[in-house]
Amino acid sequence: MKAFIHHFKFEFLAGIRNKQLLLLNYLFPLGFYLMLGFIMVEINPPFRENIIPAMVIFGILSATLLGIPDPLVNARENGILRSYKINGIPAVSILIIPALTTILHLIIVTGIITITAPWLFNAPLPIHWTNYCLIFIAAAIACTGLSVLIGVVSPTSRMTILWSQLVFTPSMLFGSSVNITLSLKVPGSPSSALQTR
Amino acid sequence: MKEIVIEVQDFTKTYDDFIAVDKISFDVKSGEIFGLLGPNGAGKTSTLECLEGLREPNGGLVRVAGMIPTREFHKLKNLIGVQLQSASLPESITPEEAVKLFSAYHNVEPRMDLLERLGLAEKRTSQFFELSTGQQRRMALALAVMHNPQVLFLDEPTAGLDVGSRSELHSMMGELQEAGTTIILATHDMAEAEQLSDRVAILLKGKIAKIGSPLEITAAGAGLTKISVRTQSSILLTSEVSFPAVTYSTTLDDYRIYFSKDIGPTVSAIISHIETQKDTLIDLRVERPSLEDRFLEITSTGEIQ
Repeated sequence: MKAFIHHFKFEFLAGIRNKQLLLLNYLFPLGFYLMLGFIMVEINPPFRENIIPAMVIFGILSATLLGIPDPLVNARENGILRSYKINGIPAVSILIIPALTTILHLIIVTGIITITAPWLFNAPLPIHWTNYCLIFIAAAIACTGLSVLIGVVSPTSRMTILWSQLVFTPSMLFGSSVNITLSLKVPGSPSSALQTR
Repeated sequence: MKEIVIEVQDFTKTYDDFIAVDKISFDVKSGEIFGLLGPNGAGKTSTLECLEGLREPNGGLVRVAGMIPTREFHKLKNLIGVQLQSASLPESITPEEAVKLFSAYHNVEPRMDLLERLGLAEKRTSQFFELSTGQQRRMALALAVMHNPQVLFLDEPTAGLDVGSRSELHSMMGELQEAGTTIILATHDMAEAEQLSDRVAILLKGKIAKIGSPLEITAAGAGLTKISVRTQSSILLTSEVSFPAVTYSTTLDDYRIYFSKDIGPTVSAIISHIETQKDTLIDLRVERPSLEDRFLEITSTGEIQ
C-alpha cells in the first residue's frame, strides 16, 4: 500500500511537472475551453448549452488519447520499464497507476469547467448530476483503457502518435461535438449523454 | 569455503540465428568482485540480463542465490541490485521520490543518507532530467544498493563519473564487499577491473576467452614486460646492445625501454653491461603487462582458453 501511495503521488505530480502532460491534462483542454467559450458563445449562442459536456469530453480525449500512450512507449523505449521491473514494480502498476492519476487530473479539469462555465459563459448546469457523473466516469475509463492499449501495442513513438491521432480526431469531432450546435449533435454521442438541457 | 552465489553452466543466449553467448560456464563466490570484460558485442550485457532475470536463457543453467532468475524473479528482486548501463528513470522524478518509491517496492526504509554520500543531497528535489549524466549514474547506483542486496550488478558504473565520484564508488564497492555483497562488474575500464576485481572473465564472441584473477591473466600473456632504464652517461642510448629475452627496444626521452619475455636474465644483463661500461644506473623500472595490455592481446589474437 505504501508503495502504491508513493507511486500514485509521483505519477500525479508528473502529470503537472512534465510539460507535455501539463499541456495535455490542463493547458490544452482549459485553453480550448476558454477560447471556444469566448468565441463560439458569441457567434453561436446555443453553444453555451453544450459547452460543459463538449469540453469535458474534449478534456477526457486530450488527457487520455494524447497524454497516456506516448509516455508508456517512451518508458519502454528508454529502459524505464526495465528499471522498474528490476526493482520489483509490477507491470500492472506501471499501466494502472498513470491511468488512475490521469482520471484524477480529469476530475479536476471537469470540476473547473463545470464550476466556471455558468459563471463565465452563462452555461446551464447539468440537470441529472448522477447521470453526468456516471457518464463522465464511463467515458474516462473507456478512453483511458483504449489509451493504455494504444501505448502497449504501439511499436514506436511515431506509431503511437499516428494511432492516438487516428482515434482522437474523429472522437473529438463526433464525440464531443465541440463545433456543432446542440440540434445537430450526433445522437448517442458522449456529449449528448452529458447534455445539460 | 565460501558458498557459490552465481552458477552458470553451459549458458547459451541466442537472438534468432545470432549466438550472443555460446555455452559459457563460470561461478562466483559470496563476497567476490567478479569482472566481466569484453569488447562491444561480446555477450556481456546478454549474460548480465539473463542473470538479472530480464531475459530467458536459450540453453544451460543460470542460478543466482540458488534461484533461477526468470522463474523466481519475485523472490530474487530483493536479493539483487542492478545499476543499468543507461540511467533509466522517468524524467520528472526527483532523487528523493525515486528513493522513496523504490524502497517502498523493496519493502525497506528509504535511505536518504545514500543521496548525501553520493553527492546528490543538494539535488534531492531536482527532476531527473535536470541532473548531469554523472549525477544520473550516481542516482542509479544509490537505487541499486539501497536495499542492501546480496548480489550487485554494475554495468559500466564509472562511465561519465568524475574522479571524486569514481573514488567514492570504489570505496563503496569495497565496503559492500566487506559486508559480504557479491559484485558483478561489467566494464570497459581495464584499470578499474584490475584494481577492484578478485577474478575477471574476458568474453570474446560469446565465449570465455580467459577467466582468472587479474594477476593470473596478465602473467599468462606473451610476457612482454616493460623495462625502462636511465643511466648517467646514457650508455644504453648510444650503443645498440642485445640483451637476453628482449623482443624489442625503443627510446623515450632519457630512457631506454626494453620489452622482455623473461625479466630475470634481461635485468641482470643490463646491470652487468652498465657496470662493464663504467656507467651509473639512475633509474630502472619494471612494469608488468597490465590487464589492458593482456585484454588487447587476447582480443587481437582471438585467443580462447
